[in-house]
Amino acid sequence: METLRAQKKDSEKDTTMRISGAEAIIHCLLAEGVDLIYGYPGGAIMPVYDELYKFQDKLTHILTRHEQGATHAAQGYARVSGKVGVAMATSGPGATNLVTGLADAQIDSTPMVCITGQVPRHLLGSDAFQETDIVGISTPVTKWNYQVTKAAEIPEIIAKAFYIAKSGRPGPVLIDITKNAQFDELDFTYEKCKGVRSYKPVPEPDIKAIETAAELINKAKKPYIVFGQGVILGEAENELKALVEKAGIPAAWTILGLSAMDTDHPLNVGMVGMHGNYGPNVLTNECDLLIAIGMRFDDRVTGSLDTYAKQAKVIHFEIDPAEINKNVKADVAVLGNAKQTLDLLLPLVNKNEHKEWKAAFDKKYQTEYETVIKKDITPTKEGLTMGEVVEQINISSEHKAVIVTDVGQHQMIACRYAKFKQSKSNITSGGLGTMGFALPAAIGAKMGAMEREVVAIIGDGGYQMTIQELGVIFQHNVPVKIVVLNNDHLGMVRQWQELFFESRYASTVMVNPDFVKIAEGYHIKSRRVSERSELKEAVAEMIASKGPYFLEVKVEKEDNVFPMIPSGASVSDIRLK
Amino acid sequence: MEKQWYTISVYSENNVGLLNRISGIFLKRHINIESLNVSKSEIENVSKFTIVVVAPEEWVRKIVGQIEKQVEVIKAYYHTDDETIYQESALFKIASDLLFDERQIQNIIKESNSQIVTVARDFFVLAKTGRRHEIDQMHDALEPYGIKQFVRSGRIAVSKASMPITSILEEFQNQ
Repeated sequence: METLRAQKKDSEKDTTMRISGAEAIIHCLLAEGVDLIYGYPGGAIMPVYDELYKFQDKLTHILTRHEQGATHAAQGYARVSGKVGVAMATSGPGATNLVTGLADAQIDSTPMVCITGQVPRHLLGSDAFQETDIVGISTPVTKWNYQVTKAAEIPEIIAKAFYIAKSGRPGPVLIDITKNAQFDELDFTYEKCKGVRSYKPVPEPDIKAIETAAELINKAKKPYIVFGQGVILGEAENELKALVEKAGIPAAWTILGLSAMDTDHPLNVGMVGMHGNYGPNVLTNECDLLIAIGMRFDDRVTGSLDTYAKQAKVIHFEIDPAEINKNVKADVAVLGNAKQTLDLLLPLVNKNEHKEWKAAFDKKYQTEYETVIKKDITPTKEGLTMGEVVEQINISSEHKAVIVTDVGQHQMIACRYAKFKQSKSNITSGGLGTMGFALPAAIGAKMGAMEREVVAIIGDGGYQMTIQELGVIFQHNVPVKIVVLNNDHLGMVRQWQELFFESRYASTVMVNPDFVKIAEGYHIKSRRVSERSELKEAVAEMIASKGPYFLEVKVEKEDNVFPMIPSGASVSDIRLK
Repeated sequence: MEKQWYTISVYSENNVGLLNRISGIFLKRHINIESLNVSKSEIENVSKFTIVVVAPEEWVRKIVGQIEKQVEVIKAYYHTDDETIYQESALFKIASDLLFDERQIQNIIKESNSQIVTVARDFFVLAKTGRRHEIDQMHDALEPYGIKQFVRSGRIAVSKASMPITSILEEFQNQ
């Protein structure tokens, strides 16, 4: 590995140990500060599990009930803590079961290291039992991956894995380790990776670009900020707030940017995108300056690109050069870590207010409130709405909970209405839209922030994709609160069928089991609510519960999520009903 | 968007799996690779991919961005044909008796500026280096007489402008 630079400090003592590759893996994880991993054992990873047994006082292994659960738990852990999540699996099916989590972490830039066992080197390519080319399979869904076939490679490669997963724009890394490399011995020393030739994680900020950006901001009459997860990953929340307040710029968020800024901040105008708020979408096409910070202009955010913010100049703050001009052309591209670039920008920006412009957002909010929001969160019709459940969770948790969502209607409703005071509090599968994400991710989120309340809000469809992870909650008494918003449908697909396929509900009606009984089977305290009169008290009881709690809320079966930008339409054409 | 021929030059670490990672970037976007060549470069332990595509510049720019983003890629460039000096090579295996029976074959060899690599009892092999159309011309000229085997290499190219990899590597080293 000539690409790795050994940078040994003179002061460091020689701490070489003669140990097995499997034991070396544990020492590497400990050296990286890992104290918790999620995984599932099997033949090709057994030597490592044997070492985990010996090191269980230092390194906790959580046995998820499926390898996919291990990846999402690692993701949840990473997203709340900012640390690298670790998942482990055996070769073959164990490894392929990681793929969805890898793809999710890749598209949502989540730092994760997955370690897989592999058949011994001499059997590679022989179609051995549980052999699969996981390096080949995972290539498009990893930031980096590597197959270790010699014990001596282990320390360097694992160091590199953690460095790559966490640095720059984070992402998942998979390290596949053949069984012989786990058994064989090596002379072990560990150096944290400090750099990889050919890899520049954070571009140098260009002062000229920042000056130009400041000029545009100072000149703008209707500036508008849209921020994404780059603010959270770059820990630039304070800098963003300072910019918004100093320059008086209305700011909206993508769903991955949610919680980077207090949802009740007067200049926080809401959510962009397909089911985002009315003003933030429509006014995208009225602003004169669009300042995108740590976001990537996903199609669910922009709608039709041909009619997206064409009237505006665009400034794009971004850590990944490949995102510049990928979807939306930037007049000014400011490369770098958002914390650093916003910090440099701030002194150059004039103090300002844009009262009239801000009032335009307020006006649009009023329209949306009257036609959509009021009905969602304070409904008068009989059936329970998802929105009122989210609102009750807000009230009971005092805006302090970490909200973990799955994918679909409940996710959009939760992202629209959940209130946050603190960053890293909204954990959802954004880019990939992975149903089944929430339950295991909530387990990881709770373990990554034990002091915080973690509420998983899940639909009845997605819940059943990873429902087996209730076993983890039971076995380890993980005090997560699970809310299933049950409409007996795959609600979002049903909504599309209603709106775009003339209500032909192909395979979206769900005949569901008794979810309360299932939770009871895992000895998790549980309750079902189908009347409005019970809701407030039930949510309060759930939040007050010291242990895990399952709450099923029977909601209206055929409610739709609005506003909505029909697929491929312009942000201006957002529908309120 | 107008399609054009582009030569993409990728300087990278010499690691197993990178070819898969790079070809996946094209695959994902349904962009056909016209030719691909991987070799060592002017810098020790640095590999060079030379990839030829016919695509709109906008696509090529984005692809190069995605390629460059890969951890083990040092730098990627793209150039039009005018901006590069490029060649391909081809081998033709032809029955030996044609060399004696068909006078025209000898003229083709001369005119095409190709070399005879080897002559065996049954066959001889011609090598031709040049632009693709020159190789195509030679192929067309020989075809009526029968070509036993034909193979053409990927394009290899050097750019007229410099590709300052050494200084980029120094920059990486100092980061």
